Amino acid sequence: MSGNNPILQLDGLRKVFGGVVALDGLCLSVGENTITSVIGPNGAGKTTVFNLITGYLAPSSGAMIYKNTRLQGTKPHTIALLGIGRTFQNVRIFPDMTVLENVMVGRHARSRAGVTVSAFLPAFLRPEEKRIQAEAGSWLDFVGLAEAADMPAGSLPLGKQRMLEVARALAIEPDLLLLDEPASGLNSRETIAMGDLIHRIRENRITVMLVEHDMELVMEVSDRVAVMNFGRLVAEGTPREVQEDPEVIAAYLGE
Amino acid sequence: MAARDIIGFCILIALVLVMPHVVGNDYYIGVLIFAAFNCMACIGLSLLMGYAGQISLGHGAFIAIGAYASGLLTTELGWSPWSAMAAGAFAAMAIAFIVGIPTLRLKGHYLAMATLGFASIIHIVAVAATDLTGGPAGVLNIPRLSLFGYPLDSDTRYYYFAWTAVVIGLYLAFNLIHSRVGRALRAIHGSEDAAGAAGINTAAYKVQVFVVSAAYASVSGSLYAYYVNYIDPGPFDVMHSVLLVTMVAVGGLHHVWGAVVGAVLLSLLPEVLSFTAGYLQVIGIQYRPDYDILVYGGILLVIMLFLPEGLFAGMIAGGKSVWNLVKRVIRGKQVVRE
Repeated sequence: MSGNNPILQLDGLRKVFGGVVALDGLCLSVGENTITSVIGPNGAGKTTVFNLITGYLAPSSGAMIYKNTRLQGTKPHTIALLGIGRTFQNVRIFPDMTVLENVMVGRHARSRAGVTVSAFLPAFLRPEEKRIQAEAGSWLDFVGLAEAADMPAGSLPLGKQRMLEVARALAIEPDLLLLDEPASGLNSRETIAMGDLIHRIRENRITVMLVEHDMELVMEVSDRVAVMNFGRLVAEGTPREVQEDPEVIAAYLGE
Repeated sequence: MAARDIIGFCILIALVLVMPHVVGNDYYIGVLIFAAFNCMACIGLSLLMGYAGQISLGHGAFIAIGAYASGLLTTELGWSPWSAMAAGAFAAMAIAFIVGIPTLRLKGHYLAMATLGFASIIHIVAVAATDLTGGPAGVLNIPRLSLFGYPLDSDTRYYYFAWTAVVIGLYLAFNLIHSRVGRALRAIHGSEDAAGAAGINTAAYKVQVFVVSAAYASVSGSLYAYYVNYIDPGPFDVMHSVLLVTMVAVGGLHHVWGAVVGAVLLSLLPEVLSFTAGYLQVIGIQYRPDYDILVYGGILLVIMLFLPEGLFAGMIAGGKSVWNLVKRVIRGKQVVRE
């Protein structure tokens, strides 16, 4: 798996918040069509990596290259258009919209209707709306939420909200999907379902990168595991290699 | 459009048709015409406030732009009222675009600040640029509108015309809300970060909806100018902008119908107050029009405390509980019969 072409390369990525160094020259390469987990103690800078890749934060220095495109200085919505989808550590669904509408929002970038035509000639846009609805429906099917389509998203239990967020991220048709603690707050059955979903996402030729604390899930799904501590890469390798790495053991257990 | 909204439209159209026969005097028809102007501006404002989560404290300025464009282009340059109205709307949209671009890129309520300043500037221009706007003396002899050669020269005719415009404006707003664009706006209101991750250009959409809301306000101002046939800077002060925000907030932010309810009720409120003032005088209390603002403040306070979703949501909830009560009573009777 490690022989795959990299879809994403982080080179000397550095992020400083005031006087705090969150990322200290991170170098990481994510192979195409792999599942790569980023693990590390709290405050290691894992979520910061995701926020930099998806344009929510600007790096202090360093480069991020996705399929030959430099990502730095690009806005989140443009990064989504480039094919990088993401979920958030604290689920950010649209609670007042229905489950289906949430996923339809994910189809936004793949549809075109603008303000003028929407206001004056809605009939003209009905085929596009129908298409968006059908596509969103099939992504709901994929994550197993089809029967909840018409429910208000806010009324779903957390486990299903996480699935919904994944469905919305998939709806943008990403080539690279970043999952920020997808199993956080889930019970063991839901976590198993999430692991299964992550495998099926990769089968759809989507590269998955996840930040996760649930080690069982990480070791089960990952092809590669990157271990971070104090904003740096401590170790990188297959789950087995990483588990046996003395530096990793030190980072987790303390010296 | 959802079935509920179609019912809403039917009720609105029925009320519009019935009201002139109920009130039956030109003065009150005039009040209802003014309510239509406020409605028009509030529909646009509620798109901005309820769907993009932004507040404009300068919509009175866009109304002024529409009114002055209509007034000046028709009297000074001899334009037709319709083209003057269109020109005003385009001018308002262009200005909204320029004001919106720098402020809506930032998160937070910078738009409120910027529009507040902008509204003050427009008001000062209207007062001080006497060569252009006529200053405090205003613009006189603004022509009346005519529709397909049919002059809208009576209050009743103008009433039907203004409310037809509101219904059309409402229809366009609903089309927008139930489209991909509306979905994007609701997403932005729900979570700006998540909307961005879904590929929505949040800054661009906020600017677009601000531009659209400016167009509504401008058309409202034009309709006003063609009705009163005379404009001066008086009605376009910052307080009017604040009043529009109050109307939308009182009616309810989360639905365009809320804006309609809020605009109509608060437009009628001064009449109710002056009516009450007569009674208060009888019992020896001197009510002065200056107190109106206290009443508005009190209403806003009470609504925010007890019906934070607004009057419209309150009315729907009230209607539902009455309906449930009726159902329970009917079911109770059936049980007795069995």
